Amino acid sequence: MTGTIAVFRRELAGYFATPVAYVFICIFLFLSGIFTFYLGNFFERGQADLKPFFMFHPWLYLLLMPAIAMRLWAEERKSGTIELLMTLPVSLPAIVVGKFLAAWVFTASALALTFPVWLTASFLGHPDHGVIIAGYIGSLLMAGAYLAICACISATTRNQVIAFVVGVVVCFLFTVSGSPIVLDTLGAILPRAAADLIASFSFITRFGAILDGVIDLRDVVFFGSLMALWLFANAIVVDLRKAG
Amino acid sequence: MAMIEIDGLVKDFDGFIAVDDVSFTVERGTVMGFLGPNGAGKSTTMKMITGFLPPTAGRITVCGFDVWDRPIAAKRRIGYLPEGAPAYPDMTPRGFLEFCADIRRLSGADRAKKLDQAVDRIQLGDVLDQPIDTLSKGFKRRVGLAQAILHDPEVLILDEPTDGLDPNQKHQVRALIRAMAPEKAIIISTHILEEVEAVCSRAMIIARGKVLAEGHPAADGWQFGDLIAGPGRLDAVFRQITTGQAQGEAA
Ligand SMILES: Nc1ncnc2c1ncn2[C@@H]1O[C@H](COP(=O)(O)OP(=O)(O)OP(=O)(O)O)[C@@H](O)[C@H]1O
Ligand SMILES: [Mg+2]
Repeated sequence: MTGTIAVFRRELAGYFATPVAYVFICIFLFLSGIFTFYLGNFFERGQADLKPFFMFHPWLYLLLMPAIAMRLWAEERKSGTIELLMTLPVSLPAIVVGKFLAAWVFTASALALTFPVWLTASFLGHPDHGVIIAGYIGSLLMAGAYLAICACISATTRNQVIAFVVGVVVCFLFTVSGSPIVLDTLGAILPRAAADLIASFSFITRFGAILDGVIDLRDVVFFGSLMALWLFANAIVVDLRKAG
Repeated sequence: MAMIEIDGLVKDFDGFIAVDDVSFTVERGTVMGFLGPNGAGKSTTMKMITGFLPPTAGRITVCGFDVWDRPIAAKRRIGYLPEGAPAYPDMTPRGFLEFCADIRRLSGADRAKKLDQAVDRIQLGDVLDQPIDTLSKGFKRRVGLAQAILHDPEVLILDEPTDGLDPNQKHQVRALIRAMAPEKAIIISTHILEEVEAVCSRAMIIARGKVLAEGHPAADGWQFGDLIAGPGRLDAVFRQITTGQAQGEAA
């Protein structure tokens, strides 16, 4: 625990030590604004809910989560500090979790800063606050899954750019696997069961279900176990490729 | 019980044997010098002792704890300066040392005392709040040294501790190592042979992963097997042992 907290604090402070964090939060808020109010026709829909706001989150995260997670391990390899970290009296799982939590809390704070969108909706009408809270929880869970994927990928390389690009590609696969285009194509070439299986891995499908206002335990378990799985893989990758 | 026990240590990097059946022990009060040409396997041996790299074969025990079976217990007792003294570039020395103190579970008055002591001994006071990124090479190394001695460990593993330091700092660090020696088991690697005479009580010459010779101070200089090096003449013996050519007056 002590180790996880120390790693977490160092890593989180690292995000705010450079202007990058603030630039990042601005981009995040700006893009969610554009998506919601401009592309999402927030005002024209005549409905006071945040669906258009949340609907774009998977696409936003697709680019932004790899950017947040890319430095977690690649930087450590590049500067050689991985040798220092791994010879301190802290277990590898504690480090993996501490780093991941820092990225997740950073994302959560960016997400929390979108509260004006919620305020706007409340001001304009009478939104269902329960549905909105479910949306925020779902969005945070989904962000965690994206971050866990990208943290693991960051551990495979010492180059942050590679970590970013590969991260975007893998996140893209998890995002689109449930989109109609992909499903139609897969449905044509794969047996029904296989296509369904792939669709069940789609973040969009899972997240969409949460956006309807019900947090189904299965969806929580889905994102939770994805995080656990990728963080486990993260630890294995670090262990195997320490020296490289 | 020896503080560091190494038995039959081997490191095989995909067919390249970097460390080849190395065994030795280091007792409390000993400063062991690792000497050897570039690529000899000094740093690789240190990385295995500190639990960073897994050995291909062999056993390492630090203060009675097997480094692979009880890594956390062993690492608590080790202070390690890795080759190149890596440190987080975006942190200040103060932040960095506090991070190490957090991980090492130092708290309260003891923590404050140890932080002060490390900063004081390494003379880091002037640069404590300057990002490590912007420090000179010598100061970066000193930050690494401060991190290694921070928790007053029983075992110190220092990979080229004085590389890049100015003459005054070299002197200072050697004095520090000598001062710490009685309570600790220390291994240092170095390419500066006068450093061996200045701080070490034993030395090992390694090349191509094998231990070629072990030496210790004798009445008239340093003795490596039947070779005796007079004061300031270690380089001749080093050359003779590592290249196999007799040179100068070493005999
Ligand atoms: N991760 C690795 N993969 C493959 N070979 C490696 C790896 N790390 C080290 N080596 C090789 O092992 C040998 C020993 O390296 P090591 O760094 O231990 O040497 P050294 O004695 O510390 O040398 P120097 O005096 O230059 O610091 C070298 O030939 C090096 O190329
Ligand atoms: Mg070396």
